[in-house]
Amino acid sequence: MTSEQFFSLLQGAWGTLVLSLLTFAIGGLAGLALAMARISPARPVRVAAAAWIQLIQGTPLLVLMGLCFYGPNIAGIGSVPALLAATLAMSIYASAFLGEIWRGCIQAVHKSQWEAAECLGLTRWQRMRQVVLPQALRLATPPTVGFAVQIIKNTSVASLVIGFAELSYNAKVLNNSTFQPFVYFGAAALLYFAMSYPLSRWSLALERKLNASRR
Amino acid sequence: MQVAAETVVHLQSVHKRFGALHVLRGVSFSVTKGQVVAIIGKSGSGKSTALRCINRLESMDEGQIRVCGNQVHDAGLDKRALRRDVGIVFQSYNLFPHLTVLQNITLGPTSVKRMPAAQARELALDVLARVGLADKAGSYPEQLSGGQQQRVAIARSLAMQPQVMLFDEVTSALDPELTGEVLKVMEKLAAEGMTMVLVTHEMAFARNVADKVIFMHQGQVWEEGGPEILANPTTPELRQFVGNGL
Repeated sequence: MTSEQFFSLLQGAWGTLVLSLLTFAIGGLAGLALAMARISPARPVRVAAAAWIQLIQGTPLLVLMGLCFYGPNIAGIGSVPALLAATLAMSIYASAFLGEIWRGCIQAVHKSQWEAAECLGLTRWQRMRQVVLPQALRLATPPTVGFAVQIIKNTSVASLVIGFAELSYNAKVLNNSTFQPFVYFGAAALLYFAMSYPLSRWSLALERKLNASRR
Repeated sequence: MQVAAETVVHLQSVHKRFGALHVLRGVSFSVTKGQVVAIIGKSGSGKSTALRCINRLESMDEGQIRVCGNQVHDAGLDKRALRRDVGIVFQSYNLFPHLTVLQNITLGPTSVKRMPAAQARELALDVLARVGLADKAGSYPEQLSGGQQQRVAIARSLAMQPQVMLFDEVTSALDPELTGEVLKVMEKLAAEGMTMVLVTHEMAFARNVADKVIFMHQGQVWEEGGPEILANPTTPELRQFVGNGL
């Protein structure tokens, strides 16, 4: 592998990183909104959020990616840049899963905590923000970091549909001209690992830390 | 009906069902200012449910409850106004584990009453001193014993300066020694004139501290009177109950 080719892979890794960060930021915000909607006191809001999550979780990421890239063109809105389409599809995908993870963590905070806060006269929003969310956050950290690893790896789907220049895409391009799949996809795999492994380690460390405080 | 001015809590024919289970079958009693009322009875007799109805943690199906001018039975009740008047302490303490003892206590005053932080801190240290835990302000709940946690929970409730305090089996999770330290704090509160309604299994406390004892049986007030009814029960049910309890 020439240094030029290796640099191309590094550039791809950068694209993966950018897409992952955008996905986590935007998908995270949308996921938080979905989690709140899932436990809303208003039934229509709850039902709508649950239906949306079911729909997205039941749709392959590949299909979402295609819809976001080709959809606007077909609908006559015009073409969208690859990064924008990829970010949109990934964020929609991530929001449905993060929303459900966080909803579970919020509901895992014992009912008696809500009651105690309610009996002090706190409003619903105060109870959520000052009593429940801080406790849910501790529960949510390990699965959230775990899902962040999924996001990094699933950005590779963007290369299949859209041709966004991320790690898998660049590996594919290199292979097309050299016919050495083992070298380039192997190198790409190592780079994915280099990005995911620190997160996995961090997740493990967090889990240990959280369990330690429970002892 | 007309409620006398000094009545703080008044229940009138309160019914409560959990599905097919008829838990409260027409409960009526009242609590006057400064009174300490002990509700006793077997598990499942409805005493905790009655207590939880008083601050609307449970809604009732029929009947009326008035607490410090709040119409608790009213569907349009301002729950936050009710909870400014009524404090509650739970069997399982329910302190906020992510906050220090001090923060547990200041949360209510700063969030609900918009009290400045410095003033809330002073108030918190004051109520902590009243329960004998002034030195634990910086600790987290998990670092405290059960008895200390329960005293913090009492202090947290006190800091809201309620008109009446409800205690829901607050010593049932504690060993006898820790029970003693919590009861001592409650005895002091009673002596200071706090209006208190407590569901309890501590017969000695009911006998020595309560002004009124209410014995509940099968969702009804079965027998009611001064603490002397524990020594001289008129119903066979109470006689059997204290016979087992003493």
